[in-house]
Amino acid sequence: MRNAPLRCPASAAAGTICVLLGALAGCAQNAAPPGATGPNASERPPAITPVAATAEPSAAAPAAAGGETVAIGACDGGAAVEVPSSLTGQPLADSLMDQWQRDHPEANWVAEQQERHALIPPADNSDLLKGDQGKDHAYGNYTERDILTWARETEKFVAEGSRIFHSADELGSTVAVSCDMCHPHAANTHPETYPKYQTQLGRVALLRDMIDWCIENPVRGEHLDPNGAKMRALEAYIQSQRKGVALNYGKH
Amino acid sequence: MATYKSVETRYLEDRRAFFRGLRNLDRRSFLKVSAAAMGAAAGLAAPHSFTPVSVARGAESPPGAAPQPAFRFAYISDSHLYERDVNDRFVRGLLRAVDDVNNLDPQPDFVFYGGDLAQLGQAKELELGAQILKNLKAPLRIMVGEHDWYLDMGQKWRELFGPPTYSFDHKGVHFVVLNSVVERDFWTARGMSPMERMRTVAGLDNGLQSPFTVGAAQRKWLQDDLARLPDDARIIVFSHSPLYKLYKPWNFWTDDADEVQAILKRFQRVVVIHGHTHQLLTNRIGNIHFHGVLSTAWPWPYAPEGMPEITIQMSRPDPFNPHDGCGDGEIHVHPDGLVDKVYSLWNRNPVTVSRAYMLSAGKESVPPLPNRPSY
Ligand code: HEC
Repeated sequence: MRNAPLRCPASAAAGTICVLLGALAGCAQNAAPPGATGPNASERPPAITPVAATAEPSAAAPAAAGGETVAIGACDGGAAVEVPSSLTGQPLADSLMDQWQRDHPEANWVAEQQERHALIPPADNSDLLKGDQGKDHAYGNYTERDILTWARETEKFVAEGSRIFHSADELGSTVAVSCDMCHPHAANTHPETYPKYQTQLGRVALLRDMIDWCIENPVRGEHLDPNGAKMRALEAYIQSQRKGVALNYGKH
Repeated sequence: MATYKSVETRYLEDRRAFFRGLRNLDRRSFLKVSAAAMGAAAGLAAPHSFTPVSVARGAESPPGAAPQPAFRFAYISDSHLYERDVNDRFVRGLLRAVDDVNNLDPQPDFVFYGGDLAQLGQAKELELGAQILKNLKAPLRIMVGEHDWYLDMGQKWRELFGPPTYSFDHKGVHFVVLNSVVERDFWTARGMSPMERMRTVAGLDNGLQSPFTVGAAQRKWLQDDLARLPDDARIIVFSHSPLYKLYKPWNFWTDDADEVQAILKRFQRVVVIHGHTHQLLTNRIGNIHFHGVLSTAWPWPYAPEGMPEITIQMSRPDPFNPHDGCGDGEIHVHPDGLVDKVYSLWNRNPVTVSRAYMLSAGKESVPPLPNRPSY
C-alpha cells in the first residue's frame, strides 16, 4: 500500500482541529514541541487550559446556566460541541480545545513519546525569520507559524517512528521483541553509515534494508513494505536520534 | 561389585539423602552439612532456606585466618525469560548457560545468578526460571533485577527465592547481595497499572522511570553487616546495577552509589559484581573493582558517554547470530579476595579480565582489543 497515511492515534484529527483553533485564536497545539523556542513562544497560552480556570464564569457551565449556546461542528467529523454564544476569542478556543481533549484522551501521545524516549527536536529554523529579502519573496516569506508547523509535523512523524520502534505489537513481532530491547535510543543502528555493503546479505544495503532484516530476524515479524508508513516512520526516528553525526556512508 | 552410576544418578541420590537427613537436623547442625550436599540442595524448590542472613552467617570462617585456597564460582545473568510459548529463544539461552555451568569440571563452588530472570516479572516467567535453575548441580545464589520486581513489587520473587538482601561467607570471603534497583514511586501519580509500571521499568530507554538506588534502609543494613569486619577483610558485593554512575538515561547507574562506595571505602579491597549491562564492562574506583557480566538473552550497546577507561569493550555483536555477545562465565577468587573474571562468550573466544590487569590499572595482562569498537 503506497503512501498510506500514518496510523497516528487521533493525530490527524488533532492536527485538523488545532489548525482550526489556531486560526481562531492563535491557540497552541496540544503537544507543544520542547524545542519550539520561537520569539513569542512564552506568550502562547498554556497547551492545556481547563475551561473553568481561565474562561468567563459563564463558560464553566454553559448549557446548565440557561444562557444561549451555539453548536460548533468539529472538522474531524466528530460530534458537534456546544459552547455559550457569549464566548469569543481565546476563552472560546480554550473551551473547544478542552472539550475536544476530554473526548480524545490519547491526544497527548506525541508529548508522551517525547518525554518517555527523550526524542531529539528537529533543527531550529527561527533564523529564517530574519533578513529583509524574505518579506517580498513569495517562497521565502515565512511566518512563525510556518516554522512551528514544520517542527510539529516533523516531530510527530519521528514520534510515530519511536512508538513503533518501542512496540513489539506495532512491529508485528511473534516473539514479543521490540527494537529498543537491543537498540535503546536507537543506539548501534548507525543510519549515517548507509549505503554500505552488508557482508551477510552479500550486497549494498540501505538503512531500510537493515531495518527490515532486523524485523524479520531478531524481531521475527513480517517483512515491511519499504515505502509503507511504518518503514518511513522507523527511518525517521532512527535518523533523528543521530542528529549532528556526520554522514559517513560505507563505514562498518 | 560396584554398579556404575552416572553423574546424574549420583547427584540425585545425594540430593535425596541430603533432604532425608535434613528432616532430622536442627538449624545449627544444618549449617555443618557439607558443601556437596548444599550443592545438591540448591536444586530443590526452597533455596531461600539458605539465603537469610542469620543462617548463612553461621558458616563463616574468621576473615583473619590463614590464607585460604583460591576458589571459583560461576555466573549466569539477565535471561529475561518470557513464557516459553511467547518466546523460546530466551529460554534456550538460559538452558544453554545451565548446561555450560553443569559441564564445568571441577564444578564451581556455587553459581551466582545476577538478576532479570524474568522479562515482565510475571509469576509464570519466574517459575519457569526457577525450574530451569533447579537443574544446576552447584548451589545457587541469586539476586533480583528490575525485570523481576516491578509487576508485583517482588512478591513472587521473594516467594521463590527469599529475601533479596542477604550476606554469606564462603572460604573466608564475605559475600553481600543487594537489591540495587529500588526506584522512587513514579507510577502512583501517573495512575499506572502494575503492568504499565513493569513495562515502563522494562524499557531501558524509558525516561518516565526513576533512577535505581540501594536506598537508605539497605545502606544501613550494609553498614551494620560489615561493621564487625576488619579493614583487610575480603569482600565481594553483588548488585544488579553497576554500583557507580555510568550512564543515567539507561540506568547503567546507581543514584546513591557515592554513599554505598563510602561504606566500602575503609576496606583494602572490595569486588563488586553486577548484571544489567549485558556486556564486557570493567571499572575501578580506588579500592573497589567493578565487574559487569554477560546476559544469556541479548547484548546491550555501550553507553555513548561515561565509559570507564579500564573497560576493554567487546566488538559490536553480529546481528546475524542471535547468541553473539551473550554467554555466561566464571569468577576465580584469589587468596587476597581479588578476582579474575572470565567471560565465556558463546560465539567467540573467552575473555579474561584478570586481577593483574586490574591491579596494574590496565597496564599488564591486557585482554584482546576489539576490532569493531562501539561508535
Ligand atoms: C535481539 C537484538 C536485536 C533486536 C531486537 C534488533 N536488533 Fe538491530 N541489530 C542488532 C545487532 C546486534 C546489530 C549489530 C550492531 C552493530 O553492528 O553495532 C544490529 C544492527 C542493526 C542495524 C544496522 C546497524 C549498523 O551498524 O549498520 C539497524 C539499522 C538495526 N539493527 C535496526 C533495528 C530495528 C529497526 C529493529 C527493530 C525492528 C532492530 N534492529 C531490532 C540486534 C538487534
